[in-house]
Amino acid sequence: MKITVGQDKCCGAGTCVLLAPDVFDQRDEDGIVVLLDEAPPAELHSLVHEAASVCPAAAIAVSS
Amino acid sequence: MTLIVGASAAGLATAEALRRKGYTDPLTILGAEPHLPYDRPPLSKQVLSGSWEPAKAQLRSAEALAALDASLVLGDPAVHLDVAERAVHTASGRVLKAENIVLATGLRPRTLPGQPTLRTLDDALALRGDLLKCSRAVVVGDGVLGAEIAATARQMGVQVTLAGPQQAPMALQLGPVVAGLLGDLHTSHGVELRLGAAVTGVEESGVRLETGEVLPADLVVVAFGSAPATEWLRDSGLRLDNGIVCDSRCRAAEGIYAAGDVARWHHETLGTSVRLENRTNATEQAIAVAGNILGADEPYTPVPYFWTDQFDAKIHVHGFIGPDVSIVEGSTAERRFVARYHRDGELVGVLGWNMPKQARLHRQEITRSCRATVAASAPGGA
Ligand SMILES: Cc1cc2nc3c(=O)[nH]c(=O)nc-3n(C[C@H](O)[C@H](O)[C@H](O)COP(=O)(O)OP(=O)(O)OC[C@H]3O[C@@H](n4cnc5c(N)ncnc54)[C@H](O)[C@@H]3O)c2cc1C
Ligand code: SF4
Repeated sequence: MKITVGQDKCCGAGTCVLLAPDVFDQRDEDGIVVLLDEAPPAELHSLVHEAASVCPAAAIAVSS
Repeated sequence: MTLIVGASAAGLATAEALRRKGYTDPLTILGAEPHLPYDRPPLSKQVLSGSWEPAKAQLRSAEALAALDASLVLGDPAVHLDVAERAVHTASGRVLKAENIVLATGLRPRTLPGQPTLRTLDDALALRGDLLKCSRAVVVGDGVLGAEIAATARQMGVQVTLAGPQQAPMALQLGPVVAGLLGDLHTSHGVELRLGAAVTGVEESGVRLETGEVLPADLVVVAFGSAPATEWLRDSGLRLDNGIVCDSRCRAAEGIYAAGDVARWHHETLGTSVRLENRTNATEQAIAVAGNILGADEPYTPVPYFWTDQFDAKIHVHGFIGPDVSIVEGSTAERRFVARYHRDGELVGVLGWNMPKQARLHRQEITRSCRATVAASAPGGA
């Protein structure tokens, strides 16, 4: 799995962080997403897919 | 087979959630618009301003759409639902039958003949063209949509007046304190606010207010609310009451569900029926519907959340705006703060102004069972 985040699309909702805090964080100053782990272990994959789907700015893309 | 009517945020999220949860039967997504699913929040921001190419607002890449293994039927609006047969008839004459049908047709903006509004990608591109040509625009509507359009138009160099009946822009969604700050922000960027007076008509020279004053304009943008897109369901027998009326499982009838802006459902912890018009609800409700289609039998009980971007302000609201407000981080003078809202001593909402992360960290504390809140405030929405 490879994750990419579009920081220019992110609206800072933080939904991804609530779902997968080991993979995503937000910058303190403006809430924009920070990718902590672009190739997370298998047990996190379904949460990452959910985060990509739930992100209200369609800012997270996942490819296999 | 599951048929999803409405190929946008809620419709697409339903399909994705079904697949994620292991659903392998055929999926069809039917959409009225010819475009591949795209996102609406950027329409009044980056697409209108021109800082994004329209293609950037597309919700998913071609690769991700293909991986969904769903059949996308676009440019063919549903015109009739047969509840007993569980069949949808389309404008082109298709009849699509399914075990489960998800209604996700969103909203239809209120319009005035001949005046532009903003709901679709085509609307956004047309409005951008109009704004580039005009010198003085009046935006009618002081909700989130009107305020965002005013901010973007102003940043495009247009002289803008914002008109509407409230005392401050988005007063209903932000409460008087923060709406006042938002009004100040607009004024400081040169938007002229003409609030607190109802608009009674649009004339050749501009917009007439109830006071008799006419606001001069060579472009009038209509952004004063919208209604659930349910006109095609009028003869279906489903209960319609400012939205498709659903139970706590987002079910409108056996095998028929609704999600997103169009759905009014019974929120069990709030003890009342709600309809939310915001982006996160579209996805979260879609996930709840997918779960219930697969037998989860769970109520949908979200804490509402929306954001808006205007000028340099990013405002995020979790929960409800209660009557008692306290600034707990940052300060209004710095234009960076977190406000907490209480009702009868209970925390019911949190608002961040340019502090999205910090606001989110308060979210968990919002009480979910504050019935009085809902009765007193109309959540989210344009
Ligand atoms: C300009 C704009 C800016 C916004 N900004 C924000 C924001 O900053 N933050 C936020 O939280 N929310 C925002 N929103 C709200 C958010 O976009 C909506 O809540 C969200 O799009 C709802 O998704 P939905 O899928 O329920 O409905 P929609 O996105 O409206 O999609 C419904 C789809 O169904 C289709 N349809 C309608 N009738 C039929 C039919 N008969 N047959 C087939 N298809 C049909 C429509 O063409 C449409 O594509 C904004 C909305 C707009 C318009
Ligand atoms: S969910 Fe999306 S918009 Fe929200 S912080 Fe994560 S990437 Fe950004």
